Amino acid sequence: MGRKVLGVVLAVIAAFAVGGIALQRDEPINALWIVTAAVCIYLLGYRFYAAWITAKVLSADDTRASPAERLNNGRDFVPTHRWVVFGHHFAAIAGPGPLVGPTLAAQFGYLPGTLWILVGSVLGGCVQDMIVLFLSMRRDGRSLGQMARDELGPIGGIAALIGTLMIMVILIAVLGLVVVNAMKHSPWATSTVAATIPIAIFIGFYLRRLRPGRVLEGTVIGVALLVLSVWGGGLVAQSESLRGVFDHPGAPLAMAVIVYGWCAAILPVWLLLAPRDYLSTFLKLGVVALLAIAIVIMHPVLKMPAITQFVDGTGPLFTGKIFPFVFITIACGAVSGFHALVSSGTTPKLITKETDVRLVGYGSMALESFVGIMAMIAATLLDPGVYFAINTGAGVVGAAAADAVRTISDWGFPVTVEQMQALAKEMGESTLFARTGGAPSLAVGMASIFGTSFGRGLMSVWYHFAIMFEAVFILTTVDAGTRVGRFMVQDLIGQVWKPMARTSWYPSILISSTLIVAGWGYFLYIGVIDPNGGINILWPLFGISNQMLACIALSVATGILIKKTNWKYALVTFGPLAWLALVTTVAALQKIFSADPKLGFFAAASDMAAKLAAGALPADRAAVAPQLIFNQQLDGWLTVFFTVVLWVVIGDMLRVAYRSVRGLPVPQGSEALYVRSQLNGAAGDLHGVGTASEARA
Amino acid sequence: MRQAIAAAKTVWECVRTVSGDNAYERYLAHHAQAHRGTVPLTRREFYAQMTEQKWSGVSRCC
Repeated sequence: MGRKVLGVVLAVIAAFAVGGIALQRDEPINALWIVTAAVCIYLLGYRFYAAWITAKVLSADDTRASPAERLNNGRDFVPTHRWVVFGHHFAAIAGPGPLVGPTLAAQFGYLPGTLWILVGSVLGGCVQDMIVLFLSMRRDGRSLGQMARDELGPIGGIAALIGTLMIMVILIAVLGLVVVNAMKHSPWATSTVAATIPIAIFIGFYLRRLRPGRVLEGTVIGVALLVLSVWGGGLVAQSESLRGVFDHPGAPLAMAVIVYGWCAAILPVWLLLAPRDYLSTFLKLGVVALLAIAIVIMHPVLKMPAITQFVDGTGPLFTGKIFPFVFITIACGAVSGFHALVSSGTTPKLITKETDVRLVGYGSMALESFVGIMAMIAATLLDPGVYFAINTGAGVVGAAAADAVRTISDWGFPVTVEQMQALAKEMGESTLFARTGGAPSLAVGMASIFGTSFGRGLMSVWYHFAIMFEAVFILTTVDAGTRVGRFMVQDLIGQVWKPMARTSWYPSILISSTLIVAGWGYFLYIGVIDPNGGINILWPLFGISNQMLACIALSVATGILIKKTNWKYALVTFGPLAWLALVTTVAALQKIFSADPKLGFFAAASDMAAKLAAGALPADRAAVAPQLIFNQQLDGWLTVFFTVVLWVVIGDMLRVAYRSVRGLPVPQGSEALYVRSQLNGAAGDLHGVGTASEARA
Repeated sequence: MRQAIAAAKTVWECVRTVSGDNAYERYLAHHAQAHRGTVPLTRREFYAQMTEQKWSGVSRCC
């Protein structure tokens, strides 16, 4: 009864808030409407849809012993309280994606992106994360690739492995580009980001040698040093002699990030990666909480229109119509294929009771999606003119400030050079024009939120704090991603040449690290020399690859559900799969076949080749044109490859589904047998069941 | 008041567990119960193993 009342109340509030958002067309809307609608929709999804899926579709059974209980070894398999696993899992899935995607998608207005973040997560992303987590847990924590191989067959398995490797390369490149663009000609940002490296190394030594394993202590010291480095960066920016040391254009910064990534991949993890991750996790959780509080205190009015004229495909940040590109661009905030890798990694080994997957899988993704909503608010509370001036590349609106403001004002988003200069001065930057990539505009938005809520005098510090936060976040993903990519390359080459498979053999480490860094380094470098900012090419490519990975995960899940339950229940994953496959394929086909050089990769290549041959390009552009032409063609072929991999996996899943429905033999899969749980109903104490509690007794 | 202190303790334990701060204590407790009679790893050895293990798979995302 109480459940029904709660549901009705939530539904009424949600309907009211969504109605308020949708109907307030001609007047600005307050961000609190969006926050209210979002929270109610997540709660409804969690309370009803997720509960129904766990009970009926998955038949989660708390009398069944989880792998954490059966294989408890006190290290990776440990029954752990569900709120602790929730914390672990959220820290693992939360990355910079939901911050960047919504910021870019705001070019369509606040409404399309917001709606997809909400609908996509509740019906797609959260469901995917929860079900993959559950399926992996039932299979003793097997990875997505292993499940694809066991449940569909070798083709699905190989496709999943290659797809993962490719998305990793594109992901690291695009994130590297975001950091480079945030540091470009900004001595403050560059020196602060540079300072995070020695700070991380110091904490690495601290945790390894001085005070082994005292994680909280080390983290608190490290975060204090990071905050100091933000302040120190301000001093560097003011110092005549030091400023020059950290004031660089994009290309050398990109080379620095590439060299850094290579070093991070071959150095021991305790030295750089592990301590950096402790700091980034702490900052991440802190900033997310602080941002939520500050948005409620500030309750800003969104200045961006609900829908802009750019839904027709002429957007300046990236080209493409609202369908399918709003879905491709939002990516991680709604559905992220990458999460399936984490959900089938460490998390399933910690689950105590099967029904915990609802909080851990569905709940974490709902929170992650809320981070996307906050990024959307931070982007759309800016004056639209300012938003477009920061986020549009010089190749689109012209390098001169006067040209840029004229073009952007002509779009109907008035902005002046003086306004931009004043804003740049307030943020402690020399300019904010054409700072593509999303990080600077998000930082301006966050600085306004924090500044208004907690003290306006420190805007430039808030801005650089936000930049530092994003950079620490992103560099952790660069480090971790390069390392995972290295393992995959070692695994792949190791199948042909055995010695490469030895993960700790130094020649193997060097070769595989160099290969993976060269892969993403190439895309990063091209992105930096691209006069349009690079993001407009790389982000859609990333979105397509990420959604493709989600399709692979949903295919594996659908295949298993069809084998295990009846086909109607498999619709909970087949529905999102069908939609994402449609979106991804349409986007990919447009990127491949469109004759518009701003949209189609091959069209862009031939357009530029024609201009180069006719001598129509200015000298600086002609110099880089051959590389850009090659890159556009490469991106085009890569998109073809993604599409083929996607449909191979879907085809493999449909084959297994058909055979299963017809009663023909199908791969048996690897689900563990039922063992009765010895743990009583209460799902563990906070220490982890069977360890501290039993030792005390 | 007593309840507030108990709640604060629970939250603190939760923070320690999520961050991995008490991982060694939990390992020792598990070891004492499951592998009675053998010598457990030292704090330094345990931390080194944990770190290596955590970063040998996909543990961070986009």
